[in-house]
Amino acid sequence: MKRLLLILSVALGLTGCGYNDIQVADESTKSAWSEVLNQYQRRSDLIPNLVNTVKGYAAQEKDVFVQVTEARSRVGQIKVDPSNPESLKQFESAQRDMGSALSRLLVVSENYPQLKSDQNFRELQAQLEGTENRITVARKRYIDAIQAFNVMVRQFPVNLTAMVFGYKDKPQFAVENEREISKAPNVNFGSPAPAGK
Amino acid sequence: MTAAIFLTWGGSLRPGRASLSVARTWAFFVALAVATLLALVLAGGAAAQSLIAVPPLTARVTDLTGTLSAAQKARLESELAALEMRKGSQLVILIVPTTQPEVIEDYSMRVAEAWKIGRGKERAQRDSGNKRATAIDDGVLILVAKNDRKVRIEVGYGLEGAIPDAIAKRIISNGITPRFRDGDFFGGLNAGVDLITHRIDGEDLPAPSAGGAGGAEDNPMGLVPLLLGSFIIGIVVSQMLGRFIGATVAGGFSGAASAAALSSGPLGAVIGAGLFALVLAVGGSRGGGGGGGGGGLQPMGRRTYRQGPVFIPGGFGGGGGFGGGDGGGFGGGGGGGFGGGGASGGW
Repeated sequence: MKRLLLILSVALGLTGCGYNDIQVADESTKSAWSEVLNQYQRRSDLIPNLVNTVKGYAAQEKDVFVQVTEARSRVGQIKVDPSNPESLKQFESAQRDMGSALSRLLVVSENYPQLKSDQNFRELQAQLEGTENRITVARKRYIDAIQAFNVMVRQFPVNLTAMVFGYKDKPQFAVENEREISKAPNVNFGSPAPAGK
Repeated sequence: MTAAIFLTWGGSLRPGRASLSVARTWAFFVALAVATLLALVLAGGAAAQSLIAVPPLTARVTDLTGTLSAAQKARLESELAALEMRKGSQLVILIVPTTQPEVIEDYSMRVAEAWKIGRGKERAQRDSGNKRATAIDDGVLILVAKNDRKVRIEVGYGLEGAIPDAIAKRIISNGITPRFRDGDFFGGLNAGVDLITHRIDGEDLPAPSAGGAGGAEDNPMGLVPLLLGSFIIGIVVSQMLGRFIGATVAGGFSGAASAAALSSGPLGAVIGAGLFALVLAVGGSRGGGGGGGGGGLQPMGRRTYRQGPVFIPGGFGGGGGFGGGDGGGFGGGGGGGFGGGGASGGW
């Protein structure tokens, strides 16, 4: 009877050491990260189309086009390693630059009524809005996944298992300007204020 | 799990006579754990108070503003139910007064994550008859924030192809908001539902299955440590408080947990009863039968599963839970996932 208890508790102890949980949490941070990259890529992919459409109506706004294009190529050049805080910061700042270049482009578009009523432009705008929202969601889920992972590998008794197998906590997205980063550029200029109606 | 290990230590270090003092120490730790849990829950509630709560999902149309008449609500609901019968996709409507302080996108995502409409992995496997099928995620939420004059169509992963953002935007600006502007909320929603339904009808999706035959197979191996744990808990408790109580605890615990993990109440009850008998037999007692509780916990979608066995307080020993979704009644969210697709608009 006592021996049975002992065997059972050892078996339970092995499954309870958290190794499997670490694997699950690690994998979920990876998939959450892929989703972040995926959505940023989606935003990048929208840009050539958007720039061309705006160019059709506002060819003289050269500065803005240059800015957007440059920001896009900078983002494209970055090889980001999410486990390296420095690289993550670089990636963030490049993406942020692209976000602000994009919002400038859209602010400029505001001055061209014909552009604003262009069907193609409106669809691109809707896609961009949707993509910004997806980026926000993907970032939030990545932050949550990282948090879950970090809490797990630091807590007793899993921290022992993590130490043995060499799992460390992972860098989180920069928090100090979190609100600013995750805020989508304001692209919602299509609808007039309700007061005007 | 850690608690179970602790328990076995306590039990094996001090067997037999000292059971009373063990029971007392144990009671102390239980009290401590309960107090901590309570504090956490209260703190969480306080922190979440500033945000608008997500209402429970009880019907396909949830109107917290009293905008729709009962007849209008019923008409929309029957259209949405027909869509689910025909295509399996879940489309639901929520009308709230406001989403402040959040923007509509954030609130909408919280609702989508809580409600999990659309077919998740389990339902997809059931409906396609393929045990390896992945989630279909074919849920759509129409959210109206009436006083904010904002509306959003939140599209599940699986329908992002059928309803891309640009189309969602067009549905809002051509179908919904022109009518909302005239104060015709039913007309706007009805138009929106028609347009969305039309898009979903054009999509090739696995047909919904009539009955819940078979149920999904969820990795039954995950249950092994759980059953071991309940067995040990049962033994220890029976040493402290008597065999019958120990067996009941083990039976109830394992029954509820396996009912949750296997998403089958009867199966959980069988397992619970088995453990009850086992714990009772190990001690060689004479006490009589009675089964463990078969909890009716509904799987909360794939995200909950990833975190391993999750025990939700209140799930123990209960029957029911909503699960079927057959026969016209609303079966609750199917576990669908959302990634932020869709569009918003104002009027």
